[in-house]
Amino acid sequence: MTTDVSRNKLVDEKLVAWWFIAALGYFFVSLAGGFLMGFQLIDHNPLKGIEIFSPGRWRMVHTNAIAYGFIASAFLGMLHWAVPRLTLRPVLHGGLSWLIFAAWHGVVLATAAGILLGEAQGLEWGETPVWIDPFAMVGLILVGLNFLLPIIKTPGPMYVSLWYFIAAFIWTPLTYFMGNFIPEYWVGGVGGGALGGLFIHDLVGLFVTPIGWGMMYYFVPIMLKKPVWSHGLSLVGFWGLAFFYPLTGIHHFLYTPIPMYLQYGAVISTIAVEMVVTTVIINFFASLWGTGFRALTFLPLRWYYTGMVLYFVTCAQCAMQTTLTFQKIIHFTDWVVAHAHMVMLGVFGFWIIGTMVYLFPRLLKHEWVRKDWLEYHYWLSAGGLVVMVIDLTLAGLFQGWSWASLHAWDDSLKYSMPFWWVRIPAGLAILVGQIYFAMNIYLTWQASKVNVQTEEMALAAME
Amino acid sequence: MFESKTGVFLIAGLGSFALAFVSNAVLPILMYRHLPEKTVEETVNYRVMTHFADLHERYPAQFEKHANLKPNQPVTVELASQLLREGRKIYIGEGCFHCHSQFVRPVSNETRRFGPVSKTWEYQNELQRPVMFGTRRVGPDLIRESNKRGNDWHAVHFFRPRDTSPGSVMPNYPWFFDDNTSAKPNRRGLAIILYMQWLGAEMEATDRSGDQMRTTLDFSGSLR
Repeated sequence: MTTDVSRNKLVDEKLVAWWFIAALGYFFVSLAGGFLMGFQLIDHNPLKGIEIFSPGRWRMVHTNAIAYGFIASAFLGMLHWAVPRLTLRPVLHGGLSWLIFAAWHGVVLATAAGILLGEAQGLEWGETPVWIDPFAMVGLILVGLNFLLPIIKTPGPMYVSLWYFIAAFIWTPLTYFMGNFIPEYWVGGVGGGALGGLFIHDLVGLFVTPIGWGMMYYFVPIMLKKPVWSHGLSLVGFWGLAFFYPLTGIHHFLYTPIPMYLQYGAVISTIAVEMVVTTVIINFFASLWGTGFRALTFLPLRWYYTGMVLYFVTCAQCAMQTTLTFQKIIHFTDWVVAHAHMVMLGVFGFWIIGTMVYLFPRLLKHEWVRKDWLEYHYWLSAGGLVVMVIDLTLAGLFQGWSWASLHAWDDSLKYSMPFWWVRIPAGLAILVGQIYFAMNIYLTWQASKVNVQTEEMALAAME
Repeated sequence: MFESKTGVFLIAGLGSFALAFVSNAVLPILMYRHLPEKTVEETVNYRVMTHFADLHERYPAQFEKHANLKPNQPVTVELASQLLREGRKIYIGEGCFHCHSQFVRPVSNETRRFGPVSKTWEYQNELQRPVMFGTRRVGPDLIRESNKRGNDWHAVHFFRPRDTSPGSVMPNYPWFFDDNTSAKPNRRGLAIILYMQWLGAEMEATDRSGDQMRTTLDFSGSLR
C-alpha cells in the first residue's frame, strides 16, 4: 500500500492511537473487577468488608468498563481510521472528535465512580447512574453526527462496512435512550422488563455487532488483498441482522410473566439470527479460499478468524440455549456467564485486538519490537479464554441440574467451587497476555522515537 | 434500495428498530395498561407492617438514631415506604440483582423450592421500575423472601453471611451496621432488611397460588 500524502489530512492518527490506549486502560480496569468478583466467589477476596471495593459494585464496573470503556473506545478509534478512508472525507470536525474523546472518558469515569459510590441504575448493562445518562446520550448523538454527515455527503454506492456503520450510528442512540430512560421513568413492571430485555440484546446486537462486522468487512479484504467472496451474502448478512436481531431481546427473560407469544417470537428470531450468522461466516471463510494459511501466519488475521470461529460457536450455542428446553437448566447459571465472555472478549475483544496489532505499527511508525511477545499475547489470551469458557459452561450445567433436582442451595455452590477455582488461572493468563501487549506497545513507542521507519517497513515486518 | 443510504438509514436503521420496539415493547405495555403502577404506599400491607414493627421492636435505639422514631412511637406506612425506597436503591447500588433473581419460573421445580410462580400484577409497582427480574443466581431467588426468615436472621446474614449460611459466597456488608456489630443495623441496614421482608409480601397476602387476583388479559384488554 502506498502512502497517500493527503491521507494525513484525512485521518487524525494521534486520536486513533489515544482511543486504542484508552481502550486498553479500561480493559485492565475491567480485569480488576473480574478478579475481585472471581476471588469473592472462591472466598479468597483480599479486600473483604471495604465498601468501595465491594465485589457487587466492581462486578458492574467489570461489565460497564468492557462495553463503554474497552469496546466503545476501540471502536471509536477504528471508526476514525476507517470511515474517512471509506468516504475519502475527514470526519465532520476534528475538534469535535477530540471533544468527544474527552467527554466520553468523562462519561465512562463518572460511571465507574458513580457505581463504586453505590449510585448504579437498576438495568443490566446500563448501570450508568441516571444523572450521567443524558450526557452519554448527547455524546452518542454527536458521535453519530460526526461520522454520518461526511458519509451522507459522499456520492455513489457504499461499501458493506458503511451499511453496518450507518445502521449502528442510528441504532446505538435509540437503544441507549430506550433502555436507560423508558423503563426508568415511564414504564415499570413487566412491560419495562420487556424493554430491559430489548436493551440488553440491542446493545450487543445493534451497537457492538454491526460495528464489529463493519470492521471485519473493512480490514479482512485489505489483509487478504482480495475482495470478500460474495456480495450477495454480504447483503443477506446485513439485512438479516437488521430484521431479526432487534426482535430477539426478550430471550433474556424467558419464563417470566412477559407474554408467552413474545417469548416464542424471541426464540424463533434468535434461531433465525443463527441462520443469518451462518451465511456471514460462510462468506468470510470462503474469502480465505486459496489463502487459508494466511489466517494462521498473519497475526491480525489470526485474531480475526479466531474471533469468527468463536462467533460461530456462540451463535450456534445461542440458538440452542435460547430454546425453552435449554432454558430450564442453563438459565441463571454460569453457562450464560461463559457465553457472555465468549462474545465480548472472544469475539469482539479479539477482533479489536487484531485491529490494534495491525494498526499500532502504522500509527507509531515502527514495527513491533517484540514479535515473540505478540505470540505470547495471542496464546495466553486465546488459551485463557477457551479454558474459562469450557470451565464456566460445565459449571453452569452442574448448577442448573443441582437446582432442578432440589439439592440444598449450598450444594450448588459446593459443586461450583472447583470451576470457580479454575477460572482464576484462566483469567490470570488473559491478564498476563494483556500485560505483554501493553509493554510491547510501550517498547514500540519508545523505539519509534529513536528510529523512524516508514509505514511500509513497519507493515512488511509483520508478514 | 438495499445498498442505498436512504434504504439503510430508513429501513434498517429506523424501520427494523421500530418494528421490534412496537412488537416487543409497546404490545406488552398496552396489554398491561389496565394494571396501573401502584405506589410503594399502596403495596405496604399488614405483612410488611408486621415485620416493620418487629424490626422497630428489635432495634429501637437504631430507629431513634437513624429514623428519628422514638421507641414508644408507632411505626407508620410513610416511614416504611421511605425505607423501602432506600432499600431498593441499596439493592441496586450493591449489585444484589446480579446474583439474585426476582422471579419464580414454572419449571425446574422452582415452585417447590421458592413458592408460587410469578404473576404480572406483582411487578406493577413503583419498586419494580425498572423491574428487578435479574439474569443470574449465585444465591437463591428473592421474590418469595418475605416472611421466610426473621429480621434478626437478616441482620446477622448481611453482616457476615457465613454465620447463617456456612456455604455462602456472598460478600460481607459491614457498612450496613454501626460499631461493626450485627446488633446495630444503621439506616441502610434497616432499609435493606425491610426491603427483604417486602419482596413478595403482596403475593403472601393473597392465597398461596395468587390466583384470587384475576390478572389474565384477553386482547380486548378487559380483565377476565
